[in-house]
Amino acid sequence: MIVVVDYGMGNLHSIAKALECVGGNVLVSSKGEDIKKADKIVLPGVGAFRDGVANLKKRGLDKILISEVEKKKPLLGICLGMQLLANKSYEFGEYEGLSLIDSEVKKFNESIQLRVPHMGWNNIEILKDHVLLKGVKNNSDFYFVHSYFMECKNNEDVFAECSYGSNFPVIVAKDNIFITQFHPEKSQKNGLKILKNFAGWNM
Amino acid sequence: MLKNRVIPILLLKDGRAIKTIQFDKYRDVGDPVTTARIYNAQRADELMFLDISASSEGRKTLCNIVREVAEECFMPLLVGGGVSSIDDIRLLLCQGADKVIINTAAYEIPGFIKRASEKFGSSTIVASIDVRKNKEKMYEVYVRSGNYSTGLNPVEWARSLVNEGAGEIVITLIDREGVMKGLDIDLIKSITESVNVPVIASGGVGSLKDYQLGFEDGGAQAVAAGSIFHFTDQNPIMTRNYLYNNKVNIRP
Repeated sequence: MIVVVDYGMGNLHSIAKALECVGGNVLVSSKGEDIKKADKIVLPGVGAFRDGVANLKKRGLDKILISEVEKKKPLLGICLGMQLLANKSYEFGEYEGLSLIDSEVKKFNESIQLRVPHMGWNNIEILKDHVLLKGVKNNSDFYFVHSYFMECKNNEDVFAECSYGSNFPVIVAKDNIFITQFHPEKSQKNGLKILKNFAGWNM
Repeated sequence: MLKNRVIPILLLKDGRAIKTIQFDKYRDVGDPVTTARIYNAQRADELMFLDISASSEGRKTLCNIVREVAEECFMPLLVGGGVSSIDDIRLLLCQGADKVIINTAAYEIPGFIKRASEKFGSSTIVASIDVRKNKEKMYEVYVRSGNYSTGLNPVEWARSLVNEGAGEIVITLIDREGVMKGLDIDLIKSITESVNVPVIASGGVGSLKDYQLGFEDGGAQAVAAGSIFHFTDQNPIMTRNYLYNNKVNIRP
């Protein structure tokens, strides 16, 4: 069973339906015990970092997520669900994340040439192969909506990048963690391939 | 590279897809869920749903339609129509909307855009601006489905909406809506040159060239259109092929 973590941040309906569409057995839940019982975890999320962290902590889910990831349970983080795994974010101040990926979350430098949010379809450059990228061609387009991006301390964690002003990480992976800045559940066929690979991921 | 977007618009009234001319004289164009499925299969970049029933019954129907579409169309959904509270936004997001459009409430409820963007993030909050040309040939912002003149200048209004936290702007010239005689490039350009957020141009697309002009001359990041898809044999695939072959930066 795949648990989609409900921590009060955004659109859970789409990700749950997309996972079901590729054959996943899905439970949307805000309960720690469901996260412990699940085979795989999806941390979705739309919204501000500060609220995201606060909502996880309020439900006591931050510690559970960390300990389940340490037990090598597969985790897919999407958009804000990616950024929450960083050490800290500079969105509306400075807030600590789950520190599962050695990284920081920073804002794009906006201008007329570089409109923020980075919104729409952009092609990704795959730097390293990953089992979850099976069937995904290099330079495929994915759907993005974000104003902040993750800056990784370790280059080896970065599996794909995207260019917007400069290059930034859009797929970061480490052991049982796989996180994307884009929305696979909104990226039509290419996104569904990643979700299907995740649903069938055996560590 | 970030691509320009082609966005079909689905206007809804009492659960049916309709099409208006200059916000008036509507006619039925079909079942919205079926239409959305087709646009998804044709790889539209996003879908825009705008409910013009503006009643609580209408809102309920809108939610059901969004929910049904989100169950099988794994693409971005942009939804609006009478959104005037934080709860309205939350409900639409829960049903599967990715971005919510706010129009009249941005004008009538001071601070609403700010509260909404702080709560849900700027990238979720899209501000829509409807414009008419007045007797002096000046552009003027209208609200309440184009029925109420605010006296505001669209450029200044767009700037203040972005300052409040809107993450994207939809700009529509009502005089061109449903008329299929081309976008108002001057108006679009005045907005794209004044704000640092993405801009969706709408109102008047009647040919494939109109999209190209919207992107290249207007500087828009997205062009939204209804009539061309409902009343001509054009579809998102053909539109994208035309634009791609004409060197417009678009998803292949």
